[in-house]
Amino acid sequence: MKKEFYNIAKLVTQNSKILDVGCGNGDLMKYITENISKDIRGIELSKSNVQKCVEKGLTVIEGNAEKDLKQFPDGSFDFVILSQTLQAFLDPENVLNELLRIGKKAIVSIPNFGHWKVRLHLLFKGTMPITENLPNEWYNTPNLHMCTIKDFENYCKKRDIKINLKNLKFHNFFSELGIFVLEK
Amino acid sequence: MNKFKDIKKIIVEKPLKLDCGQTINNYPLAYETYGKLNGDRSNAIMIFHALTGDQFASGINPITKKDGWWNYALGPGKAIDTDKYFVIASNVIGGCMGSFGPSDINPDTKKPYGTNFPVITINDMVNAQYNLLDYFKIEKLFSVIGGSMGGMQVLQFVSNFPNKSLTAIPIACTASHSAQNIALNELGRQSIMADRNWQDGFYEEQNKQPDKGLAVARMAAHITYLSKAGLQEKFGRKLQERDDLKFSFDADFQIESYLRYQGSVFVDRFDANSYLYITRAMDYFDLTKKFSGNLSKAFEKSNTKFFIISFTSDWLYPTSENRDIVIALNAIGKNVGFVEISSDKGHDSFLLDVQDFLNTVKSFLNTSYKQIR
Repeated sequence: MKKEFYNIAKLVTQNSKILDVGCGNGDLMKYITENISKDIRGIELSKSNVQKCVEKGLTVIEGNAEKDLKQFPDGSFDFVILSQTLQAFLDPENVLNELLRIGKKAIVSIPNFGHWKVRLHLLFKGTMPITENLPNEWYNTPNLHMCTIKDFENYCKKRDIKINLKNLKFHNFFSELGIFVLEK
Repeated sequence: MNKFKDIKKIIVEKPLKLDCGQTINNYPLAYETYGKLNGDRSNAIMIFHALTGDQFASGINPITKKDGWWNYALGPGKAIDTDKYFVIASNVIGGCMGSFGPSDINPDTKKPYGTNFPVITINDMVNAQYNLLDYFKIEKLFSVIGGSMGGMQVLQFVSNFPNKSLTAIPIACTASHSAQNIALNELGRQSIMADRNWQDGFYEEQNKQPDKGLAVARMAAHITYLSKAGLQEKFGRKLQERDDLKFSFDADFQIESYLRYQGSVFVDRFDANSYLYITRAMDYFDLTKKFSGNLSKAFEKSNTKFFIISFTSDWLYPTSENRDIVIALNAIGKNVGFVEISSDKGHDSFLLDVQDFLNTVKSFLNTSYKQIR
Protein backbone atom coordinates (compact mmCIF):
# COMPACT_ATOMS: atom_id res chain seq x y z
CA MET A 1 0.00 0.00 0.00
CA LYS A 2 1.15 3.52 -0.76
CA LYS A 3 2.87 5.34 2.12
CA GLU A 4 0.46 8.19 1.63
CA PHE A 5 -2.40 5.90 2.65
CA TYR A 6 -0.84 5.13 6.04
CA ASN A 7 -0.60 8.85 6.63
CA ILE A 8 -4.23 9.38 5.66
CA ALA A 9 -5.38 6.41 7.75
CA LYS A 10 -3.72 7.97 10.81
CA LEU A 11 -5.99 10.98 10.45
CA VAL A 12 -9.36 9.19 10.70
CA THR A 13 -10.76 8.25 14.08
CA GLN A 14 -11.89 4.82 15.35
CA ASN A 15 -15.31 3.70 14.15
CA SER A 16 -16.01 6.95 12.35
CA LYS A 17 -18.20 7.07 9.25
CA ILE A 18 -16.03 7.55 6.19
CA LEU A 19 -16.44 8.09 2.45
CA ASP A 20 -13.44 7.52 0.17
CA VAL A 21 -13.98 9.56 -2.99
CA GLY A 22 -12.12 8.02 -5.92
CA CYS A 23 -11.30 4.96 -3.86
CA GLY A 24 -9.40 3.23 -6.70
CA ASN A 25 -8.87 -0.48 -6.17
CA GLY A 26 -9.85 -0.17 -2.51
CA ASP A 27 -6.43 -0.55 -0.86
CA LEU A 28 -6.95 2.36 1.53
CA MET A 29 -10.53 1.34 2.31
CA LYS A 30 -9.45 -2.20 3.04
CA TYR A 31 -6.73 -1.01 5.41
CA ILE A 32 -9.12 1.31 7.22
CA THR A 33 -11.84 -1.38 7.40
CA GLU A 34 -9.45 -3.86 8.95
CA ASN A 35 -7.74 -1.48 11.32
CA ILE A 36 -9.78 1.59 12.11
CA SER A 37 -13.42 1.66 11.07
CA LYS A 38 -15.78 -0.72 9.32
CA ASP A 39 -18.17 2.08 8.46
CA ILE A 40 -16.45 3.08 5.25
CA ARG A 41 -17.61 3.18 1.68
CA GLY A 42 -16.17 4.36 -1.59
CA ILE A 43 -17.13 5.97 -4.83
CA GLU A 44 -15.12 5.15 -7.94
CA LEU A 45 -15.29 6.01 -11.62
CA SER A 46 -13.51 3.02 -13.12
CA LYS A 47 -15.55 -0.16 -13.59
CA SER A 48 -12.56 -2.44 -13.21
CA ASN A 49 -11.59 -0.75 -9.94
CA VAL A 50 -15.17 -1.11 -8.70
CA GLN A 51 -14.90 -4.85 -9.39
CA LYS A 52 -11.66 -5.01 -7.43
CA CYS A 53 -13.32 -3.31 -4.47
CA VAL A 54 -16.24 -5.76 -4.60
CA GLU A 55 -13.77 -8.63 -4.62
CA LYS A 56 -12.28 -7.20 -1.44
CA GLY A 57 -15.75 -7.16 0.13
CA LEU A 58 -15.88 -3.37 0.22
CA THR A 59 -18.95 -1.22 -0.24
CA VAL A 60 -18.44 0.80 -3.38
CA ILE A 61 -20.59 2.81 -5.73
CA GLU A 62 -19.64 3.30 -9.34
CA GLY A 63 -19.98 7.00 -9.89
CA ASN A 64 -18.47 10.33 -10.72
CA ALA A 65 -17.54 12.57 -7.81
CA GLU A 66 -18.32 15.67 -9.84
CA LYS A 67 -21.94 14.58 -10.29
CA ASP A 68 -22.75 12.02 -7.66
CA LEU A 69 -21.76 13.59 -4.36
CA LYS A 70 -24.94 15.61 -4.32
CA GLN A 71 -26.96 12.52 -3.41
CA PHE A 72 -25.47 12.50 0.09
CA PRO A 73 -27.11 14.69 2.71
CA ASP A 74 -25.20 17.38 4.61
CA GLY A 75 -22.80 16.05 7.23
CA SER A 76 -23.45 12.40 6.42
CA PHE A 77 -19.84 11.37 7.04
CA ASP A 78 -17.31 12.08 9.76
CA PHE A 79 -14.54 12.04 7.18
CA VAL A 80 -14.51 12.32 3.43
CA ILE A 81 -11.22 11.34 1.83
CA LEU A 82 -9.99 12.62 -1.50
CA SER A 83 -6.57 11.35 -2.42
CA GLN A 84 -4.70 13.01 -5.27
CA THR A 85 -7.67 13.55 -7.53
CA LEU A 86 -8.72 17.12 -6.80
CA GLN A 87 -6.48 18.41 -9.58
CA ALA A 88 -8.12 16.05 -12.10
CA PHE A 89 -11.66 17.39 -11.77
CA LEU A 90 -13.18 19.82 -14.23
CA ASP A 91 -14.49 21.88 -11.35
CA PRO A 92 -12.34 21.21 -8.27
CA GLU A 93 -13.89 24.11 -6.41
CA ASN A 94 -17.32 22.51 -6.61
CA VAL A 95 -15.96 19.12 -5.53
CA LEU A 96 -14.23 20.71 -2.55
CA ASN A 97 -17.47 22.44 -1.55
CA GLU A 98 -19.32 19.12 -1.81
CA LEU A 99 -16.70 17.33 0.30
CA LEU A 100 -17.06 19.94 3.01
CA ARG A 101 -20.85 19.78 2.81
CA ILE A 102 -21.24 15.99 3.14
CA GLY A 103 -18.27 15.46 5.46
CA LYS A 104 -17.74 16.96 8.89
CA LYS A 105 -14.09 16.85 7.93
CA ALA A 106 -12.41 16.38 4.58
CA ILE A 107 -8.98 14.82 4.14
CA VAL A 108 -7.50 16.04 0.90
CA SER A 109 -4.15 15.20 -0.60
CA ILE A 110 -2.61 16.92 -3.60
CA PRO A 111 0.52 16.34 -5.63
CA ASN A 112 2.64 19.40 -4.90
CA PHE A 113 3.67 21.33 -7.98
CA GLY A 114 5.94 23.42 -5.79
CA HIS A 115 8.25 20.54 -4.91
CA TRP A 116 11.92 21.30 -5.59
CA LYS A 117 12.24 18.51 -8.16
CA VAL A 118 9.32 19.92 -10.09
CA ARG A 119 10.77 23.40 -9.89
CA LEU A 120 14.21 22.27 -11.01
CA HIS A 121 12.80 20.18 -13.83
CA LEU A 122 10.98 23.16 -15.27
CA LEU A 123 13.84 25.52 -14.60
CA PHE A 124 16.61 23.47 -16.16
CA LYS A 125 14.93 21.24 -18.68
CA GLY A 126 12.28 23.69 -19.76
CA THR A 127 9.74 20.89 -20.19
CA MET A 128 6.70 19.89 -18.14
CA PRO A 129 7.91 18.14 -14.98
CA ILE A 130 7.70 14.38 -14.71
CA THR A 131 8.19 12.88 -11.26
CA GLU A 132 7.09 9.80 -9.33
CA ASN A 133 3.84 11.48 -8.34
CA LEU A 134 3.39 13.19 -11.70
CA PRO A 135 4.31 10.42 -14.13
CA ASN A 136 2.42 11.61 -17.22
CA GLU A 137 3.38 13.73 -20.19
CA TRP A 138 1.60 17.04 -20.74
CA TYR A 139 -0.55 15.51 -23.50
CA ASN A 140 -1.89 12.57 -21.52
CA THR A 141 -1.98 13.81 -17.96
CA PRO A 142 -5.34 13.63 -16.19
CA ASN A 143 -4.31 16.61 -14.11
CA LEU A 144 -6.17 19.71 -15.21
CA HIS A 145 -5.64 21.97 -12.23
CA MET A 146 -2.18 21.54 -10.76
CA CYS A 147 -1.36 23.61 -7.70
CA THR A 148 1.26 23.89 -5.00
CA ILE A 149 0.82 23.42 -1.27
CA LYS A 150 1.04 27.17 -0.94
CA ASP A 151 -1.65 27.70 -3.58
CA PHE A 152 -3.93 25.33 -1.76
CA GLU A 153 -3.35 27.03 1.58
CA ASN A 154 -4.03 30.40 0.03
CA TYR A 155 -7.21 29.10 -1.52
CA CYS A 156 -8.47 27.75 1.80
CA LYS A 157 -7.71 31.02 3.51
CA LYS A 158 -9.64 32.93 0.84
CA ARG A 159 -12.66 30.64 1.16
CA ASP A 160 -12.64 30.50 4.97
CA ILE A 161 -11.88 26.81 4.96
CA LYS A 162 -10.16 25.83 8.17
CA ILE A 163 -7.02 23.79 7.68
CA ASN A 164 -7.25 21.65 10.76
CA LEU A 165 -4.03 19.89 10.19
CA LYS A 166 -1.50 19.87 7.47
CA ASN A 167 1.14 17.27 7.47
CA LEU A 168 3.78 19.42 9.07
CA LYS A 169 6.86 17.60 7.98
CA PHE A 170 5.86 18.48 4.46
CA HIS A 171 6.61 21.91 3.14
CA ASN A 172 6.00 23.54 -0.13
CA PHE A 173 9.59 22.97 -1.26
CA PHE A 174 10.41 19.56 0.15
CA SER A 175 7.25 17.51 -0.03
CA GLU A 176 5.88 15.85 -3.10
CA LEU A 177 2.45 15.61 -1.49
CA GLY A 178 0.36 17.86 0.66
CA ILE A 179 -2.12 16.25 3.01
CA PHE A 180 -4.74 18.44 4.67
CA VAL A 181 -7.59 17.97 7.09
CA LEU A 182 -10.18 20.56 6.20
CA GLU A 183 -13.25 21.85 7.93
CA LYS A 184 -15.75 24.49 6.90
CA MET B 1 -53.72 -28.75 -13.48
CA ASN B 2 -52.45 -32.24 -13.96
CA LYS B 3 -49.12 -31.45 -15.53
CA PHE B 4 -48.16 -29.71 -12.29
CA LYS B 5 -49.01 -32.74 -10.17
CA ASP B 6 -45.42 -33.64 -9.35
CA ILE B 7 -43.90 -30.24 -8.77
CA LYS B 8 -43.29 -28.82 -5.30
CA LYS B 9 -45.86 -26.48 -3.91
CA ILE B 10 -47.29 -25.25 -0.64
CA ILE B 11 -50.93 -24.49 -0.11
CA VAL B 12 -51.04 -21.18 1.69
CA GLU B 13 -53.87 -21.27 4.18
CA LYS B 14 -53.23 -17.86 5.65
CA PRO B 15 -55.52 -15.31 4.00
CA LEU B 16 -53.81 -12.73 1.82
CA LYS B 17 -55.53 -9.44 1.28
CA LEU B 18 -54.63 -8.34 -2.23
CA ASP B 19 -54.08 -4.71 -3.19
CA CYS B 20 -57.25 -4.88 -5.32
CA GLY B 21 -59.27 -5.52 -2.18
CA GLN B 22 -60.03 -9.22 -2.64
CA THR B 23 -58.76 -11.78 -0.15
CA ILE B 24 -57.39 -15.15 -1.20
CA ASN B 25 -56.58 -18.17 0.90
CA ASN B 26 -55.79 -21.84 0.44
CA TYR B 27 -53.97 -21.00 -2.76
CA PRO B 28 -51.05 -22.95 -4.24
CA LEU B 29 -47.56 -21.47 -4.42
CA ALA B 30 -45.18 -23.55 -6.51
CA TYR B 31 -41.50 -23.47 -5.65
CA GLU B 32 -38.19 -25.20 -6.20
CA THR B 33 -35.08 -25.29 -4.04
CA TYR B 34 -31.39 -25.73 -4.78
CA GLY B 35 -28.61 -26.60 -2.35
CA LYS B 36 -28.97 -27.48 1.32
CA LEU B 37 -30.16 -25.42 4.24
CA ASN B 38 -27.40 -25.36 6.88
CA GLY B 39 -27.79 -26.18 10.57
CA ASP B 40 -28.42 -22.65 11.81
CA ARG B 41 -30.57 -21.80 8.76
CA SER B 42 -28.37 -18.87 7.87
CA ASN B 43 -27.50 -19.67 4.25
CA ALA B 44 -30.88 -19.19 2.58
CA ILE B 45 -31.30 -17.04 -0.49
CA MET B 46 -34.60 -16.26 -2.11
CA ILE B 47 -34.52 -15.52 -5.81
CA PHE B 48 -37.34 -13.88 -7.71
CA HIS B 49 -38.05 -14.51 -11.37
CA ALA B 50 -38.80 -12.05 -14.16
CA LEU B 51 -41.97 -11.72 -16.24
CA THR B 52 -41.80 -15.05 -18.04
CA GLY B 53 -39.59 -16.96 -15.62
CA ASP B 54 -40.63 -19.57 -13.10
CA GLN B 55 -39.34 -21.52 -10.13
CA PHE B 56 -37.09 -23.72 -12.26
CA ALA B 57 -34.12 -21.39 -12.28
CA SER B 58 -31.42 -24.00 -12.70
CA GLY B 59 -31.05 -27.45 -14.21
CA ILE B 60 -33.77 -28.71 -16.53
CA ASN B 61 -37.29 -27.44 -16.21
CA PRO B 62 -39.35 -30.66 -15.77
CA ILE B 63 -42.41 -29.18 -17.49
CA THR B 64 -40.80 -27.55 -20.54
CA LYS B 65 -37.72 -29.82 -20.63
CA LYS B 66 -35.68 -26.68 -21.32
CA ASP B 67 -32.73 -25.27 -19.38
CA GLY B 68 -33.56 -23.25 -16.30
CA TRP B 69 -33.59 -19.51 -16.93
CA TRP B 70 -30.68 -18.75 -14.59
CA ASN B 71 -28.38 -21.64 -15.37
CA TYR B 72 -25.46 -19.27 -15.88
CA ALA B 73 -25.76 -17.76 -12.43
CA LEU B 74 -27.17 -20.51 -10.25
CA GLY B 75 -25.68 -23.90 -9.53
CA PRO B 76 -22.75 -25.66 -7.85
CA GLY B 77 -19.67 -23.40 -7.92
CA LYS B 78 -21.52 -20.70 -9.85
CA ALA B 79 -22.15 -17.06 -8.92
CA ILE B 80 -24.98 -18.13 -6.61
CA ASP B 81 -23.20 -21.22 -5.39
CA THR B 82 -25.61 -23.99 -4.47
CA ASP B 83 -22.78 -25.91 -2.79
CA LYS B 84 -22.80 -23.10 -0.28
CA TYR B 85 -26.25 -21.57 -0.24
CA PHE B 86 -29.79 -22.87 0.01
CA VAL B 87 -31.77 -21.20 -2.74
CA ILE B 88 -35.54 -20.92 -2.80
CA ALA B 89 -37.23 -19.92 -6.04
CA SER B 90 -40.96 -19.65 -6.30
CA ASN B 91 -43.37 -19.09 -9.13
CA VAL B 92 -45.24 -15.80 -8.68
CA ILE B 93 -48.96 -15.80 -8.10
CA GLY B 94 -50.63 -14.93 -11.38
CA GLY B 95 -48.09 -17.18 -13.11
CA CYS B 96 -48.60 -20.38 -15.04
CA MET B 97 -46.15 -22.85 -13.54
CA GLY B 98 -48.20 -24.23 -10.69
CA SER B 99 -48.89 -21.17 -8.54
CA PHE B 100 -52.33 -19.65 -8.16
CA GLY B 101 -53.04 -18.16 -11.56
CA PRO B 102 -55.74 -17.33 -14.10
CA SER B 103 -55.80 -20.83 -15.58
CA ASP B 104 -56.67 -22.35 -12.18
CA ILE B 105 -60.20 -23.63 -11.72
CA ASN B 106 -62.51 -21.23 -9.97
CA PRO B 107 -64.31 -23.35 -7.33
CA ASP B 108 -67.45 -21.26 -7.70
CA THR B 109 -67.85 -21.80 -11.45
CA LYS B 110 -65.79 -25.00 -11.87
CA LYS B 111 -64.21 -23.27 -14.85
CA PRO B 112 -60.81 -21.56 -15.23
CA TYR B 113 -60.75 -18.08 -13.72
CA GLY B 114 -59.65 -16.44 -16.95
CA THR B 115 -60.10 -12.69 -16.55
CA ASN B 116 -62.15 -13.22 -13.40
CA PHE B 117 -58.82 -13.77 -11.70
CA PRO B 118 -58.07 -10.82 -9.41
CA VAL B 119 -55.58 -8.23 -10.64
CA ILE B 120 -52.43 -8.80 -8.62
CA THR B 121 -49.45 -6.59 -7.83
CA ILE B 122 -45.76 -7.03 -7.10
CA ASN B 123 -46.65 -6.39 -3.46
CA ASP B 124 -49.15 -9.29 -3.55
CA MET B 125 -46.57 -11.58 -5.16
CA VAL B 126 -43.99 -10.84 -2.48
CA ASN B 127 -46.49 -11.17 0.36
CA ALA B 128 -47.44 -14.60 -0.97
CA GLN B 129 -43.81 -15.68 -1.31
CA TYR B 130 -43.03 -14.60 2.22
CA ASN B 131 -44.95 -17.70 3.37
CA LEU B 132 -42.05 -19.82 2.15
CA LEU B 133 -39.89 -18.37 4.93
CA ASP B 134 -42.34 -19.72 7.48
CA TYR B 135 -42.57 -23.00 5.64
CA PHE B 136 -38.79 -23.49 5.78
CA LYS B 137 -38.60 -21.96 9.28
CA ILE B 138 -36.13 -19.33 8.16
CA GLU B 139 -35.87 -16.42 10.54
CA LYS B 140 -33.68 -14.33 8.26
CA LEU B 141 -32.57 -14.78 4.68
CA PHE B 142 -28.95 -14.27 3.72
CA SER B 143 -29.99 -12.61 0.49
CA VAL B 144 -32.84 -11.74 -1.83
CA ILE B 145 -31.88 -11.58 -5.50
CA GLY B 146 -33.68 -10.92 -8.75
CA GLY B 147 -33.44 -9.24 -12.12
CA SER B 148 -36.01 -7.18 -13.99
CA MET B 149 -39.41 -7.89 -12.40
CA GLY B 150 -37.44 -10.07 -9.98
CA GLY B 151 -35.52 -6.95 -8.96
CA MET B 152 -38.77 -5.14 -8.31
CA GLN B 153 -39.76 -7.99 -6.01
CA VAL B 154 -36.42 -7.66 -4.21
CA LEU B 155 -37.12 -3.97 -3.57
CA GLN B 156 -40.67 -4.69 -2.47
CA PHE B 157 -39.53 -7.52 -0.22
CA VAL B 158 -37.01 -5.36 1.63
CA SER B 159 -39.56 -2.58 1.95
CA ASN B 160 -42.27 -4.91 3.30
CA PHE B 161 -39.98 -6.98 5.50
CA PRO B 162 -37.14 -4.61 6.36
CA ASN B 163 -35.11 -6.97 8.49
CA LYS B 164 -35.76 -10.32 6.90
CA SER B 165 -32.74 -10.34 4.62
CA LEU B 166 -29.14 -9.47 5.36
CA THR B 167 -28.36 -8.53 1.78
CA ALA B 168 -30.27 -7.69 -1.38
CA ILE B 169 -29.26 -7.65 -5.03
CA PRO B 170 -31.77 -5.90 -7.28
CA ILE B 171 -30.58 -6.24 -10.87
CA ALA B 172 -31.58 -4.28 -13.99
CA CYS B 173 -34.79 -2.99 -12.49
CA THR B 174 -36.63 0.11 -11.40
CA ALA B 175 -38.53 1.35 -8.36
CA SER B 176 -41.33 2.67 -10.51
CA HIS B 177 -42.47 1.51 -13.96
CA SER B 178 -41.90 4.27 -16.51
CA ALA B 179 -44.33 5.43 -19.19
CA GLN B 180 -42.18 3.63 -21.74
CA ASN B 181 -42.33 0.38 -19.73
CA ILE B 182 -46.11 0.66 -19.44
CA ALA B 183 -46.43 1.48 -23.14
CA LEU B 184 -44.45 -1.59 -24.17
CA ASN B 185 -46.47 -3.84 -21.88
CA GLU B 186 -49.70 -2.39 -23.21
CA LEU B 187 -48.55 -3.22 -26.72
CA GLY B 188 -48.19 -6.85 -25.68
CA ARG B 189 -51.53 -6.96 -23.94
CA GLN B 190 -53.34 -5.39 -26.87
CA SER B 191 -51.76 -7.92 -29.17
CA ILE B 192 -53.14 -10.76 -27.03
CA MET B 193 -56.55 -9.19 -26.70
CA ALA B 194 -56.73 -8.56 -30.44
CA ASP B 195 -56.43 -12.29 -31.08
CA ARG B 196 -59.91 -13.62 -31.76
CA ASN B 197 -59.11 -16.73 -29.79
CA TRP B 198 -58.60 -14.72 -26.65
CA GLN B 199 -62.38 -14.63 -26.09
CA ASP B 200 -62.26 -11.95 -23.39
CA GLY B 201 -59.94 -14.19 -21.43
CA PHE B 202 -62.19 -17.29 -21.37
CA TYR B 203 -60.37 -19.14 -24.12
CA GLU B 204 -59.62 -22.26 -22.11
CA GLU B 205 -63.22 -23.25 -21.56
CA GLN B 206 -63.67 -22.96 -25.33
CA ASN B 207 -60.53 -24.96 -26.03
CA LYS B 208 -58.92 -22.10 -27.86
CA GLN B 209 -55.53 -20.45 -27.42
CA PRO B 210 -54.67 -16.90 -28.45
CA ASP B 211 -51.30 -18.13 -29.68
CA LYS B 212 -50.84 -15.55 -32.41
CA GLY B 213 -51.48 -12.64 -30.11
CA LEU B 214 -49.22 -14.05 -27.44
CA ALA B 215 -46.47 -14.75 -29.96
CA VAL B 216 -46.56 -11.17 -31.26
CA ALA B 217 -46.49 -9.88 -27.68
CA ARG B 218 -43.39 -11.98 -27.09
CA MET B 219 -41.75 -10.82 -30.31
CA ALA B 220 -42.23 -7.17 -29.40
CA ALA B 221 -41.03 -7.73 -25.85
CA HIS B 222 -38.04 -9.75 -27.00
CA ILE B 223 -36.73 -6.77 -28.96
CA THR B 224 -36.80 -4.70 -25.79
CA TYR B 225 -34.61 -7.25 -24.03
CA LEU B 226 -31.81 -6.83 -26.57
CA SER B 227 -29.74 -3.86 -27.64
CA LYS B 228 -29.45 -2.24 -31.02
CA ALA B 229 -25.74 -3.00 -31.16
CA GLY B 230 -26.31 -6.60 -30.09
CA LEU B 231 -28.99 -7.14 -32.72
CA GLN B 232 -26.88 -5.53 -35.42
CA GLU B 233 -23.88 -7.62 -34.54
CA LYS B 234 -25.79 -10.89 -34.40
CA PHE B 235 -28.15 -10.41 -37.34
CA GLY B 236 -27.35 -7.26 -39.30
CA ARG B 237 -29.16 -7.58 -42.61
CA LYS B 238 -28.33 -11.26 -43.00
CA LEU B 239 -30.83 -13.23 -45.02
CA GLN B 240 -32.55 -16.39 -43.82
CA GLU B 241 -31.57 -19.43 -45.92
CA ARG B 242 -31.83 -17.56 -49.20
CA ASP B 243 -29.49 -15.74 -51.53
CA ASP B 244 -31.62 -12.75 -52.23
CA LEU B 245 -34.80 -10.94 -51.22
CA LYS B 246 -37.96 -12.78 -52.21
CA PHE B 247 -40.18 -9.73 -52.64
CA SER B 248 -42.76 -11.22 -50.31
CA PHE B 249 -43.67 -11.10 -46.64
CA ASP B 250 -41.91 -14.31 -45.73
CA ALA B 251 -39.13 -14.06 -43.21
CA ASP B 252 -36.41 -12.85 -45.59
CA PHE B 253 -34.18 -11.60 -42.80
CA GLN B 254 -32.65 -13.71 -40.08
CA ILE B 255 -33.93 -11.32 -37.44
CA GLU B 256 -37.49 -11.90 -38.65
CA SER B 257 -37.08 -15.63 -38.54
CA TYR B 258 -35.48 -15.43 -35.11
CA LEU B 259 -38.32 -13.36 -33.68
CA ARG B 260 -40.96 -15.64 -35.20
CA TYR B 261 -39.20 -18.58 -33.64
CA GLN B 262 -39.05 -16.85 -30.23
CA GLY B 263 -42.76 -16.14 -30.48
CA SER B 264 -43.67 -19.68 -31.48
CA VAL B 265 -41.75 -21.43 -28.72
CA PHE B 266 -43.03 -19.01 -26.12
CA VAL B 267 -46.68 -19.95 -26.60
CA ASP B 268 -45.87 -23.55 -25.76
CA ARG B 269 -44.74 -22.62 -22.30
CA PHE B 270 -46.68 -19.54 -21.33
CA ASP B 271 -50.28 -18.66 -20.69
CA ALA B 272 -51.72 -15.57 -22.36
CA ASN B 273 -53.78 -14.48 -19.36
CA SER B 274 -50.77 -14.86 -17.08
CA TYR B 275 -48.95 -12.55 -19.47
CA LEU B 276 -51.71 -9.98 -19.06
CA TYR B 277 -51.79 -10.26 -15.29
CA ILE B 278 -48.07 -10.19 -14.72
CA THR B 279 -47.41 -7.26 -17.06
CA ARG B 280 -50.22 -5.43 -15.25
CA ALA B 281 -48.53 -6.10 -11.93
CA MET B 282 -45.31 -4.62 -13.31
CA ASP B 283 -47.12 -1.54 -14.60
CA TYR B 284 -48.77 -0.97 -11.23
CA PHE B 285 -45.37 -1.15 -9.55
CA ASP B 286 -44.42 2.15 -8.00
CA LEU B 287 -42.63 1.76 -4.71
CA THR B 288 -42.69 5.51 -4.13
CA LYS B 289 -46.48 5.82 -4.28
CA LYS B 290 -47.10 4.81 -0.68
CA PHE B 291 -44.41 7.24 0.45
CA SER B 292 -45.58 10.37 -1.39
CA GLY B 293 -42.89 10.05 -4.00
CA ASN B 294 -40.01 9.63 -1.57
CA LEU B 295 -38.30 6.35 -2.38
CA SER B 296 -35.92 6.63 0.58
CA LYS B 297 -38.86 6.20 2.93
CA ALA B 298 -39.51 2.74 1.47
CA PHE B 299 -36.20 1.58 2.94
CA GLU B 300 -36.03 3.64 6.12
CA LYS B 301 -36.54 0.73 8.50
CA SER B 302 -34.18 -1.62 6.73
CA ASN B 303 -30.62 -2.55 7.63
CA THR B 304 -30.22 -4.71 4.55
CA LYS B 305 -26.95 -4.35 2.67
CA PHE B 306 -27.78 -3.58 -0.95
CA PHE B 307 -25.83 -4.22 -4.09
CA ILE B 308 -27.43 -2.81 -7.22
CA ILE B 309 -26.39 -3.82 -10.72
CA SER B 310 -27.30 -2.34 -14.09
CA PHE B 311 -26.05 -2.87 -17.65
CA THR B 312 -24.71 -0.31 -20.11
CA SER B 313 -26.89 -1.43 -23.03
CA ASP B 314 -30.12 -2.00 -21.07
CA TRP B 315 -32.59 0.57 -22.37
CA LEU B 316 -35.64 -1.09 -20.81
CA TYR B 317 -34.48 -0.53 -17.22
CA PRO B 318 -31.59 1.83 -17.84
CA THR B 319 -28.76 2.62 -15.44
CA SER B 320 -30.36 5.95 -14.54
CA GLU B 321 -33.38 4.19 -13.03
CA ASN B 322 -31.19 1.77 -11.11
CA ARG B 323 -29.10 4.69 -9.92
CA ASP B 324 -32.23 6.38 -8.56
CA ILE B 325 -32.48 3.50 -6.10
CA VAL B 326 -28.83 3.97 -5.13
CA ILE B 327 -29.44 7.68 -4.60
CA ALA B 328 -32.51 7.01 -2.46
CA LEU B 329 -30.51 4.64 -0.26
CA ASN B 330 -27.53 6.95 0.03
CA ALA B 331 -29.80 9.81 0.96
CA ILE B 332 -30.65 7.97 4.19
CA GLY B 333 -27.17 6.60 4.79
CA LYS B 334 -27.97 2.97 3.98
CA ASN B 335 -25.31 0.48 3.00
CA VAL B 336 -25.39 0.29 -0.80
CA GLY B 337 -22.95 -0.71 -3.50
CA PHE B 338 -23.54 -0.16 -7.18
CA VAL B 339 -21.94 -1.12 -10.46
CA GLU B 340 -22.94 -0.71 -14.07
CA ILE B 341 -21.68 -3.70 -16.03
CA SER B 342 -20.42 -3.21 -19.61
CA SER B 343 -22.37 -5.45 -21.92
CA ASP B 344 -23.92 -5.13 -25.36
CA LYS B 345 -26.49 -7.81 -24.61
CA GLY B 346 -29.16 -5.37 -23.44
CA HIS B 347 -31.62 -6.02 -20.65
CA ASP B 348 -31.15 -9.78 -21.07
CA SER B 349 -27.54 -9.44 -19.89
CA PHE B 350 -28.47 -10.65 -16.42
CA LEU B 351 -29.64 -13.99 -17.86
CA LEU B 352 -26.61 -14.53 -20.06
CA ASP B 353 -22.99 -15.48 -19.79
CA VAL B 354 -21.71 -12.01 -18.86
CA GLN B 355 -18.61 -12.75 -16.82
CA ASP B 356 -18.20 -9.36 -15.14
CA PHE B 357 -21.76 -9.59 -13.93
CA LEU B 358 -21.45 -13.15 -12.67
CA ASN B 359 -18.14 -12.38 -10.95
CA THR B 360 -19.62 -9.34 -9.25
CA VAL B 361 -22.56 -11.29 -7.85
CA LYS B 362 -20.25 -14.05 -6.71
CA SER B 363 -17.80 -11.67 -4.99
CA PHE B 364 -20.53 -9.72 -3.28
CA LEU B 365 -22.27 -12.83 -1.96
CA ASN B 366 -19.16 -14.63 -0.86
CA THR B 367 -17.50 -11.70 0.87
CA SER B 368 -20.78 -10.72 2.56
CA TYR B 369 -21.25 -14.30 3.69
CA LYS B 370 -17.75 -14.38 5.14
CA GLN B 371 -18.48 -11.19 7.05
CA ILE B 372 -21.43 -12.77 8.86
CA ARG B 373 -19.72 -16.06 9.69
